[in-house]
Amino acid sequence: MCLGIPGKVAEVYQRDDLPMGKVEFGGIRKEICLAYTPEAEVGDYVLVHVGFAISRIDEAEADEIFSYLQEIGEAAEQEASPENS
Amino acid sequence: MKYIDEYRDANAARQLADAIRKATTRPWNIMEICGGQTHAILRFGLDQMLPPEIRLIHGPGCPVCVTPIEMLDRAVAVASRPEVIFCSFGDMLRVPGSKKDLFTVKSEGGDVRVVYSPIDAVMLARKHPEREVVFFAVGFETTAPANAMAVAQAKRLGLTNFSMLVSHVLVPPAICAVLESPLNQVQGFLAAGHVCTVMGIEEYGPIATHYRVPIVVTGFEPVDILQGVLMCVRQLEESRAEVENQYARSVRAEGNRVAREQIAEVFETVPRKWRGIGEIPTSGLALRADYAQFDAERRFDVGRLVAEEPSVCIAGEVLQGHKRPPECPAFGTQCTPERPLGAPMVSSEGACAAYYRYRRHE
Repeated sequence: MCLGIPGKVAEVYQRDDLPMGKVEFGGIRKEICLAYTPEAEVGDYVLVHVGFAISRIDEAEADEIFSYLQEIGEAAEQEASPENS
Repeated sequence: MKYIDEYRDANAARQLADAIRKATTRPWNIMEICGGQTHAILRFGLDQMLPPEIRLIHGPGCPVCVTPIEMLDRAVAVASRPEVIFCSFGDMLRVPGSKKDLFTVKSEGGDVRVVYSPIDAVMLARKHPEREVVFFAVGFETTAPANAMAVAQAKRLGLTNFSMLVSHVLVPPAICAVLESPLNQVQGFLAAGHVCTVMGIEEYGPIATHYRVPIVVTGFEPVDILQGVLMCVRQLEESRAEVENQYARSVRAEGNRVAREQIAEVFETVPRKWRGIGEIPTSGLALRADYAQFDAERRFDVGRLVAEEPSVCIAGEVLQGHKRPPECPAFGTQCTPERPLGAPMVSSEGACAAYYRYRRHE
């Protein structure tokens, strides 16, 4: 039930005094309430749970794990290469 | 899809599993709180990538599973009333009550509808002023902002035919209950990333310090979970007991401030009974007095309900991590997703359903 799906904000507007938006998940567009992510703009990725965006995804933080993995991957390659042995 | 596919990369997962193997020198028991994480672990076989010293214990983070049977019986009674349109998330429909489930109520002619969002239920109430629309508000902190907004919106729109049957639960008191149990074996936790997206991580510091357990706020994809396990193992090996955040792309230390304010405006903390576990103090949310007119428990008198649990089901022990689903004598025989005895066999977050779906042939 705590499922959250990342989607891309395609449109932002108001409905019944609530900030709403169209958010794309793969090829599917859904109407999502953006009241909890007032900072989200068109093009941003938000995490959506039961029709509500609950956070704007931080791109720099998202990349961190992959830079770390690249580092340990390169370190392991260097260890394995003959000139270092 | 972006932010999903790259976190399912097999090479990245293998690299992390290697790092876990290198970091591990002795046995450790780690509990993933959230049932969504349990399903990812079994679906992707993440537990099988770990060294034998690391045991993952599945936690109680399945709102459908811990909703008390009395509440289900109440939902069945309310949904059976002819004036009511009863709205729920799909997972709740097959959860067995004492005598029947909501799906049976629907098949007997009750107007039970599955909605994607609680706002859909508010819209139904607006469209059908002649009917009573009731929403079954089940969930953890992740779902509380949506449900709080639905009530607030119903109030703004002046709706008098909308109400909620509230059975909200909170994660930190459940972690304390697990740690207080004399049978507890858990030495470190993966905390639920979406719960913390809403609430932040501040509540977990005192728990980590008081019980001397590492708590790593963790996401839901394979790379997230393996990185969360790695961070937890490193803390255990170094005798640290801190709160760390693996899921920083979504979780900020203070959580989502706007959402927290909306929750506090509509709900207050109350003691709540957890199915299979019992009452846990300050572990639930209920509507505040200012919103009492939207409380379905007050609106519909359903008389006295006497709840009966099936005796063979060991859901309580499974939910507390004391037993694994295949240790239940009814698992896969008397109890299947089509004919469940207990809620963990129904829910997409239930541990029994995860084992049935991904491991029953082992």
